[in-house]
Amino acid sequence: MIKLTVNGKRYQVDAPPDTPLLWVIREHLGLTGTKYGCGIAMCGACTVHIDGRAERSCQIPVKDAEGKKITTIEGIPDAHPVKKAWLAEEVSQCGWCQPGQIMSAVALLAEKRRPSDRDIDSAMTGNICRCGTYQRVRRAIHIAAAAGAKGGRK
Amino acid sequence: MNDIMNMSRRDFLKAGAVLGGGLVLGFRLPFAGFPFEAAAAQEAPYTPNAFIRIGSDNTVTFIVNKSEMGQGVYTSLPMLIAEELECDWHKIRVESSPVDPIYNHTMFGPMMVTGGSTSVRSEWERLSKAGAAAREMLIAAAADVWKVDKGSCRAEKGRVVHKSGRKLTYGQLAERAAKLAVPTEVRLKEPARYKVIGKPRHRLDSPEKVNGKAEFGLDVHAPGMLTALVARPPVFGGKVVSFSAGRAKGVAGVTDVVQVPSGVAVVATGFWPALKGREALEVVWDEGEGAGLSTAGMREEYANLAKTAGAVARKDGDPDGALAQAAKRISAEYEVPYLAHATMEPLNCFVDLRGDRCEIRTGTQFQTSDRNAAARVAGLKPEQVNIHTTYLGGGFGRRANPQSDFVAEAVQVAKGVNKPVKVVWTREDDMKGGFYRPMWYDRISAGLDGSGNLVAWRHTIVGQSIIAGTPFESVMVKGGIDDASVEGAQNIPYAIPNVLVDLHSPKNVVPVLWWRSVGHSHTAFVVESFIDEAAHAAGKDPYEFRRALLARHPRHKGALELAAQKAAWGKKLPAGRARGIAVHESFGSFIAQVAEVSVSPKGEVRVHRVVCAIDCGRFVNPDTIAAQMESGIVFGLSAALHGAITLKNGRVEQSNFDDYPLLRMNEMPKVEVHIVPSQEPPGGVGEPGVPPLAPAVANAVFAATGARLRILPMTPEAVLRAMKSA
Repeated sequence: MIKLTVNGKRYQVDAPPDTPLLWVIREHLGLTGTKYGCGIAMCGACTVHIDGRAERSCQIPVKDAEGKKITTIEGIPDAHPVKKAWLAEEVSQCGWCQPGQIMSAVALLAEKRRPSDRDIDSAMTGNICRCGTYQRVRRAIHIAAAAGAKGGRK
Repeated sequence: MNDIMNMSRRDFLKAGAVLGGGLVLGFRLPFAGFPFEAAAAQEAPYTPNAFIRIGSDNTVTFIVNKSEMGQGVYTSLPMLIAEELECDWHKIRVESSPVDPIYNHTMFGPMMVTGGSTSVRSEWERLSKAGAAAREMLIAAAADVWKVDKGSCRAEKGRVVHKSGRKLTYGQLAERAAKLAVPTEVRLKEPARYKVIGKPRHRLDSPEKVNGKAEFGLDVHAPGMLTALVARPPVFGGKVVSFSAGRAKGVAGVTDVVQVPSGVAVVATGFWPALKGREALEVVWDEGEGAGLSTAGMREEYANLAKTAGAVARKDGDPDGALAQAAKRISAEYEVPYLAHATMEPLNCFVDLRGDRCEIRTGTQFQTSDRNAAARVAGLKPEQVNIHTTYLGGGFGRRANPQSDFVAEAVQVAKGVNKPVKVVWTREDDMKGGFYRPMWYDRISAGLDGSGNLVAWRHTIVGQSIIAGTPFESVMVKGGIDDASVEGAQNIPYAIPNVLVDLHSPKNVVPVLWWRSVGHSHTAFVVESFIDEAAHAAGKDPYEFRRALLARHPRHKGALELAAQKAAWGKKLPAGRARGIAVHESFGSFIAQVAEVSVSPKGEVRVHRVVCAIDCGRFVNPDTIAAQMESGIVFGLSAALHGAITLKNGRVEQSNFDDYPLLRMNEMPKVEVHIVPSQEPPGGVGEPGVPPLAPAVANAVFAATGARLRILPMTPEAVLRAMKSA
């Protein structure tokens, strides 16, 4: 049994220890907001926070996540400035990559309260959006920053 | 009629009843003009169904028959209904429709499908009338209650209001309205009175996409469900000779290993054990004739074909004679590769097959085809198959497959396991899985007279037909011409007296399919690049050159002028930057784009800004148009800069986003979208943003460096090569 703390809740899961955290989150915990896109950390759809840092959950064996504080898209409050900015700027299209984009953006704003375009490039370039919402992602991050996003640690 | 149909019909009515005996408006609307109507009626004598359901709690549910894959139909189609229904926008809910003839496409014939950038165009009238009819019935119900004349009542924000000031909500009126006859004639609003249409609206699907609750196909879960991965042949057209399941079955969590026509499925309790199991599976393949195929060899074959005469798609005047007599002749070859759709959500399909019914949950664009395919595989009637359409994590045409590959295969797997099963494709499976945009080779020549006027145009196109071999072949391929191969080339708008467009459609085992903007994705690149070459040969400004040739095409010209004006065409740019322009019509819309680029000494193309002007006629949601243009531009730029699927020894050489890169945030240009005011009939917006992008960028690279990029993608190596030969 592996013990996990996700979005402040404790879970015990019966999964082979090498199972990527992504699949445990999706299939064992039923939190399907975290998405599979590539399985090789090239797209960012599976981004979660581990102890406040944005990480690709497809690359983390579940055993390595034991004892750490994991946050998924479901753990970010609806009132979070990033989620609000995402709605205001109408960022989403198909929506598949958006939880990962939001998790990366929340982590960025926790590090840098007023990120520059360059900061956004370096924090968000690992998140692919096939629908091409990048311009709106950028705008939403600036708006969330202006609204005083204080970070992803809640 | 059978149980499943009755079931879904009962469920519909029951759902209405649960919501307080509300109004479930079923329309077979009594208006003419839709050629499919008779055929659809014959296909199933099943009339009641619904686009609108109003509950006694005042919720208004719109049942949408188009798949939401990012293009915004779960907002734009409700806007059409809401405009006439006069309901409270905040009380609207959206449901995906089941598969039923009443939801068939109004332009494409008896099938339920989302594609061709047609959703708004094809549903505008039907949904407006649905909303108007419902409104009239609610007004009639209120007039009935108050014993007043209908004319003294009006509808607003989900209520009927009498001139005396009395009010009843739609919820209060729903049950009574449901008993009234559906009006045979309804009057639609004059556009001047629109309150919803034409103004930006927030997407109804955004909240659940932002909080992670939106359900996509891959998120589907059912009690006892298993997950399957399929080992498919390494070469298209390959077959299983034999397999050994022993080691795969030894992986904890693997429950079954079953052979299916497309390969061998490893079924397990979850994705990871299924993946591990598939890695342990041993299969001997017969690779078949495809094993000898390589794109390098195909390129040679295509280049040779392009030198010979093909099936004639268009012939005006005497192109060969005019070319021979021209004062100046130019000619060139253009090449574009196979492309993968690479939707962010890899393919997947959930199937629950039990006895005489089959429940499918997946993100599909083509429910009718998939349902028929599932029925064939399961040995059921189509009516015994139900498809629940989830959100699609991207479609771009890949999920509208006349061969229903991922759905038919999933039903095959389900037949082998007797439990609910979800077949999941890894990214690698998806990338190597075929159904690509075809690879194309074009040979093109033009002749100019002594004053630099275009007098001849000769364009030979070589590439696979995406329609050949599908049920659409008999309708869509005429005289050897697949319209989808020549669209955008055959109908070039430029005033040229002598034109020849011909086509070769070689066949091979690589499966091909429509890819966002279909034939236009390649023809616009060739035509709009070569018209630029012609302008250069004539010594004229590429914008003015086009403009002069578009006198009889005001919508092309209007878009071109707006884009040029907004991009400050002709004004100086900082050193190293240059502009390129392109204009193209597709899917009923006219789009011009101006790209501003620079090229590094290493040959890297950087696109700084794209100005886009669109004339899509009357439109519903301007913010959706902006979003779709941004989206098409990014899609086009991914392909222009990076996209290529290549084959060697029959094997696809790409597998994931490391070797099939997509545009990323750090490469994103500034995009500006301008809409040409227009009262023309509505055009599409999902696809038309793609075609002009690659030529606009290539033309800008030419303006910046003098290097003409005739081969996509514009990799640094290709750019350096072109710069050297410039």
